[in-house]
Amino acid sequence: MDYKLSGYKRTDGTVGIRNHVLILPTIVCATQAAMNVTKLVDGTVSVVHQHGCAQVGVDYEQTFRTYVGMGLNPNVYGVVVMGLGCETHQGRSVAEEIAKRTDKPVELVSIQDHSGTLQATAEAAKIATRMVQDASMIEREPIRFSDLIVGTECGGSDACSGLSANPAVGYVSDRIAQSGGTSILAETTELIGAEHLLAERAKDDHVAKRVYEVIEAMENRAFSMGVDIRTGNPSPGNRKGGLTTLEEKSLGAAAKAGSSRLNELVSYAERPSEKGLVWMDTPGHDIEQLTGMTAGGAQLVLFTSGRGTPTGSPIAPVIKISTNSSMFETMNDNMDVNTGTIIEGKETIEEAGERLMQEIATVASGKRTKAEIFKQHDFGIWRIGPTF
Amino acid sequence: MRTHVIMRPIDNVATAITTLNVSDKVAIDGFDDVTILTVDGIEFGHKFAIVEITEGTDIIKYGEIIGVASCDIQAGEHVHVHNVDGKRGRGDVNDGLQTKRIQKN
Repeated sequence: MDYKLSGYKRTDGTVGIRNHVLILPTIVCATQAAMNVTKLVDGTVSVVHQHGCAQVGVDYEQTFRTYVGMGLNPNVYGVVVMGLGCETHQGRSVAEEIAKRTDKPVELVSIQDHSGTLQATAEAAKIATRMVQDASMIEREPIRFSDLIVGTECGGSDACSGLSANPAVGYVSDRIAQSGGTSILAETTELIGAEHLLAERAKDDHVAKRVYEVIEAMENRAFSMGVDIRTGNPSPGNRKGGLTTLEEKSLGAAAKAGSSRLNELVSYAERPSEKGLVWMDTPGHDIEQLTGMTAGGAQLVLFTSGRGTPTGSPIAPVIKISTNSSMFETMNDNMDVNTGTIIEGKETIEEAGERLMQEIATVASGKRTKAEIFKQHDFGIWRIGPTF
Repeated sequence: MRTHVIMRPIDNVATAITTLNVSDKVAIDGFDDVTILTVDGIEFGHKFAIVEITEGTDIIKYGEIIGVASCDIQAGEHVHVHNVDGKRGRGDVNDGLQTKRIQKN
């Protein structure tokens, strides 16, 4: 079937399906001022986090990559970076890196340079106002699935995740890959026990080797804690939903990857260079995974759940897909699409998958998801080092 | 309305897709009928054994290993955290079962 999609064609060749102005605090100390700007200026979004100072080495780099990636995401029209002035993650470095890699408007406001919160907030709001007005004059144009990087995710899983919603997302993932787009599989933790199935589908030996490397690194983190990983994953809700072990959860989670060849394995918040199916190394933590994928350029995320969850992103629409019909009713505030029909025998995986393709096209073209309507602007960075 | 699904023919567990009560008889393709033994029944989404599984035997779902039986399990019994251990991410045991198990290509 042919679907019609529209989006915003950026001058650097990327395509956005939203047109946000991002107020990006690179340090926890600037998050409150940044949130205040979003209250003053319609059309802006921001994030709250606790990072940006006293970080070193690979941990510094990963957080830096995440900030920059959020700014680079094609759903973002322009960025107002807000810093404090004395922090490790200098707002100036983040703003310069975004400006270097794209031609979107990027400006910096530093609280110490503007004599405090009030003037910094006013300055950021002034800049943001101008950006929002400019953004509002850009018109949507027809786009294609090949323009999209679609993130896939499961959270609050139950035993049905691997039977209905995840296979339906797997069908969509294959369709996106066949259309020339990119589909991201992530949550390395929740692929422990299923890694051999993905390594078999790797494009080459290098990608297969990387699969085993990231799995081993993640499992070693669990060993280093000296406890059974099951004390934290599967979660109490997963277990109540019938998931017994991490391996069982993983085998269900892997269904989101469909049957396409695995073309690349990228680091957290790294932009894929390949099209088709790509694995991003992230933890299973819903928000950290979501943040990594959107920082890696995902314009839209498919999120399956058996227990129900409000999760959303400040910059990308998240389509919430229920694995069973009863939760779709009870948690309807938060869910967008039901695939419980597959278990009930009312719909095949392919039929539900095509319904999802239609939903992607509609949401890409402007239909707002429940998480967007609730302003569920979740953000969390995967830290891989201590705070000093 | 189906009562359960078995993902692959080699699986030794089925997933209930409706609540099953104790003494319910469930027809399993290729196997004897299974009578649900667990007094509290099997909730939607939970697993039950479709054959006898002895302690130490791998639990198979999706045609893959999802864990190991921590005690003997009768056909028709609820299969969950009380009688299954995970085999991965086990930082609590050091019997060499896990750390070297990943084969690098």
